Amino acid sequence: MSLVFAGVCSHAPGIVARSELAEPAVREAFYANYGKMREALETARPDALVMIAAEHFANFFMNNMPCYAIGMADHYDGPIEDESWLRIKRRRYSGSADLSRRLIATVMNDVDVAYAEEWKLDHGIAVPLHFLTPRYDLKIVPVNINCQGPPLTPLKRAWAFGEALRRAADAVPERIAVVGTGGISHWPATPDSGKINETWDREFLARWKRNDKAALLSYTDEAIYRDAGQGAFEIRTFISVAAAAGGAGQVWFYAPIPVFAVGCTIGVMDVQRRAA
Amino acid sequence: MSLYYLQKLLYNMNRDPALQKRFANDLTLFDGYELTEEEREALTRGDIGLLYVLGVNGQILMHFAAFRGVAWKDYLEGMREGVRKYGPVRAGVYAMTSRTDEKVAGL
Repeated sequence: MSLVFAGVCSHAPGIVARSELAEPAVREAFYANYGKMREALETARPDALVMIAAEHFANFFMNNMPCYAIGMADHYDGPIEDESWLRIKRRRYSGSADLSRRLIATVMNDVDVAYAEEWKLDHGIAVPLHFLTPRYDLKIVPVNINCQGPPLTPLKRAWAFGEALRRAADAVPERIAVVGTGGISHWPATPDSGKINETWDREFLARWKRNDKAALLSYTDEAIYRDAGQGAFEIRTFISVAAAAGGAGQVWFYAPIPVFAVGCTIGVMDVQRRAA
Repeated sequence: MSLYYLQKLLYNMNRDPALQKRFANDLTLFDGYELTEEEREALTRGDIGLLYVLGVNGQILMHFAAFRGVAWKDYLEGMREGVRKYGPVRAGVYAMTSRTDEKVAGL
């Protein structure tokens, strides 16, 4: 069929794990926009949801770190985090090895990816699914871009990966949704947690909304680290979604919520039709 | 290479509840990992501050603190205390840019 939905959202663990510490009005507005995104996702009637995440050492380590990896199993377990800490119960998430295999085969025409027949979710996927598929009734295809252990894949490759994923989605009969998860500027899991460069975030999101490839790819990792923190290496997920969707984006919600450690973001992007 | 093995041990523990249980009373768990004495001590003491200063990736350290039951504010303060006691973060991309007396998000 084709790509039928594209969006991005935050995935910080504090969004669920420390919910009561946020200012209620802004927290509820943020959650409401997750709800709006869930409704838009449901309206698109996807058969599967590709989650492009920046995982956090749930599956891959520096002994064998793939730049890009795609899950290829009928189910995935997670989240790995302590249940009482993350406040999301461990469960089994359904996938489709068959669909993953077909997507991966097409992606591989353009980008070398690792595949994984075993995959444990962490907050990077579990937090968004907690809001987007609360009944856990949509098959997922987990995707990871290494944003943790440098050297990292260049931004231009994250773009190429998004394009390859789009070709793969368009080549299968199923209706495919894609959601990229990650932070923009943030300094997570450090004493700096809560530091947010709102100016940087708003500039990045303006480029993302325009789907301005040149502007999105013009950041260097040195500048990202300096201005937006190590958490902002995760812009790769937003960039892949932009490349996959091809249209203009809308940011439905953005607000720095320091106790959640990130500028909380919900956005969707028009899926531009491709010539056959 | 030692930091590599320190992080690898934590990575393996973070994703395996059986290893987390063994960690409580069976330090043969460390066998096969090339660790310095300082790293072994940091691990056995569950010294968040020293592990942070040694350069353990924040995501790995956060998950370790989570299964150890360390509250979020204590985790943040543990890292600050580590920097006060042992000096700046020695490796990796999770260096601290705030002050040790600063509570960025009020915690």
